[in-house]
Amino acid sequence: MVVSGRPDGPTVMLAHGFGCDQNMWRLVAPKLARDFRVVCFDHVGAGRSDLAAYSPDRYADLQAYADDVLEICRELDLSQVVFVGHSVAAMMGVLAAVQEPERFAKLVLLVPSPCYIDDEGYRGGFSRADIEELLESLDSNYLGWSAAMAPVIMGNADRPELGEELTNSFCRTDPLIARSFARATFLSDHRAELAKVGVPTLVLDCAQDVIAPPEVGAFVHAQIAGSRLITLAATGHCPQLSAPEATVRAIAAFAAEPGDHSAEPR
Amino acid sequence: MMSARGQEAGSPTPGEGGGERALFSALLEDSAEDLYENAPCGYLSTLLDGQIAKINNTLLGWLGYTRDELVGLRTFSDLLTVGGRLYHETHFAPLLMMQGEVGGVALELRTAAGERLPVLVTSTIKYGADRQPQLIRTTIFDASDRRAYEQELLRARQEADRERDRLQRLVATLQHSLLPSSLPEVDGLQSAAYYHIASRDEVGGDFYDLFPLSRERWGFFLGDVCGKGAAAAAVTSLIRYTLRAAAVYDPDPVTVLETLNTVMQHEYRGDDPRYCTAIFGILTRDGDGFTIDLAGGGHPPCLLLRADGTADFQHTPNGMLIGMLSPAVFTATTIRLAPGDTLLLYTDGLIEARTTGALNAEVDDDRYGDEALHAFARALAPTTAQQAVAALADLLRGFGAGLDDDTALLALHVPVTERPAERGAP
Repeated sequence: MVVSGRPDGPTVMLAHGFGCDQNMWRLVAPKLARDFRVVCFDHVGAGRSDLAAYSPDRYADLQAYADDVLEICRELDLSQVVFVGHSVAAMMGVLAAVQEPERFAKLVLLVPSPCYIDDEGYRGGFSRADIEELLESLDSNYLGWSAAMAPVIMGNADRPELGEELTNSFCRTDPLIARSFARATFLSDHRAELAKVGVPTLVLDCAQDVIAPPEVGAFVHAQIAGSRLITLAATGHCPQLSAPEATVRAIAAFAAEPGDHSAEPR
Repeated sequence: MMSARGQEAGSPTPGEGGGERALFSALLEDSAEDLYENAPCGYLSTLLDGQIAKINNTLLGWLGYTRDELVGLRTFSDLLTVGGRLYHETHFAPLLMMQGEVGGVALELRTAAGERLPVLVTSTIKYGADRQPQLIRTTIFDASDRRAYEQELLRARQEADRERDRLQRLVATLQHSLLPSSLPEVDGLQSAAYYHIASRDEVGGDFYDLFPLSRERWGFFLGDVCGKGAAAAAVTSLIRYTLRAAAVYDPDPVTVLETLNTVMQHEYRGDDPRYCTAIFGILTRDGDGFTIDLAGGGHPPCLLLRADGTADFQHTPNGMLIGMLSPAVFTATTIRLAPGDTLLLYTDGLIEARTTGALNAEVDDDRYGDEALHAFARALAPTTAQQAVAALADLLRGFGAGLDDDTALLALHVPVTERPAERGAP
């Protein structure tokens, strides 16, 4: 967990999605740090988190990840948090905000998807077979992860230089954890929770994104009463890397608004 | 081999060597463009958003597309299978943007005919003079054979994982079957046991038991078979039923150990001798406490932690390793377990544990040892069976990697019963 930026500023918490780790925010966090107190962290099982804390049973669905978000809030005694969740972490924010709304001032859902798999009357973009194919890709790509290196890289937050020189180290994950996180992510369905969100919410999606296509962004926007939708002129599923300026502008402007006026009539 | 052309070219060193060089250069008239188009790997250049800007003939041939169908119209991720596309978006693309390059990633392309082509992909970002990223260069290698091999490896690994799980379940089950599932309730006695398993892959060789012989009498034992694994488990099983049966026949601890010695000698003669160390005891109710007759064979002495806060080893001197010689000599001792007293039995994993946590064979003076255990027991006394076992289990956990052997603990304690009438009497 890394806390940076203005200690007296409003708190912006950045949660990474499935794939890499908090490095995903490297182009965004320093800019937000000028005006905000920025909290970055790695989900348990990702990046430099303590792998011993991971258990496939506990982290079988997104609820455990949402519980961790709330635990961080309690540990740092945070309230009025502006939670920014990328991809699957957006839904972790939704679950956390439904559970303890008093912790959160606002939610920013960056390319969210409440359900990746197509359903009757809903287009998530994928079939179950597609997800199985992804698991195959994970199995054949350990991205430089090896059992021998894992103890060196993981749990050495005090010596970050240890893993840096290795290629692909940002997305290094224990293959079994990656598999289990992929399942928790892509088999999740939290469409029903969206309507329960009571905090002001900004939905950010990209003009072209194969993982969260435009209709999914529109669906999330429609389900969360009073939410706002901004479509970034970006391609791909990681606008914080491909269009960092536009992403920062959107997050900062929304986070800086006085809380009471952010819910606008649609 | 000599050619006129070599001469005409005005080679500075005419002759046979010059001619070969000329032929060599002629063959090397391989333009960069031809190399690009027909290289033995696929080349692809895309804009930063993935849009295909340039693609070589080799890759077009593999995919079965024409250049016009792809350039300016499709993105790299369009060429992937759906699962590969998810992987590309969540891992490949972010890594590429963060590192400027990604190497050796296994993906699958979808050909125009709908077939899958396993490939290995390496991408780098080309930067302009102003260090601004301009485009992405990608090389693609056909990895069909290699992928088949890797899948074999993966399958073998999964198989090995499953086998290991199965083995560990088997070991755990076998281990449980060699130890009492729970200690029997003995009126006026509190008992507790603990077993530290050093390896999940091998059955340990330590054992203990507590069992009734009559209304007023119980047998107990704790010991250690030399070795571990399936063979040691078979010996442990033999020892357990021999000790139980022998005690029923003649509840004299020395006789019981002699019987075990004879049985082990008989069973494991020849080139597969087996030994064990053990303490065997008979508990007999004796007023408000118990009399304990003990015999030991090659085993570390048990500890008596008394109600008055003292603690001492209870030696059974000269007891021989069981199963080695015939006849064997075992000696007995009798102690009394009064209210508030606790008898503690343990195997040598406890005293042999390395306190520095390191498994360094060069250093031998970091063993936990008898003296440290004695001091620990004195500090603990007076205690109860549960407390003693809990404290020692904590101690064992504290050794971490320094504890490399199985360790069994068994504690017997006579609780102090409140009798206000008697206590009040002058």
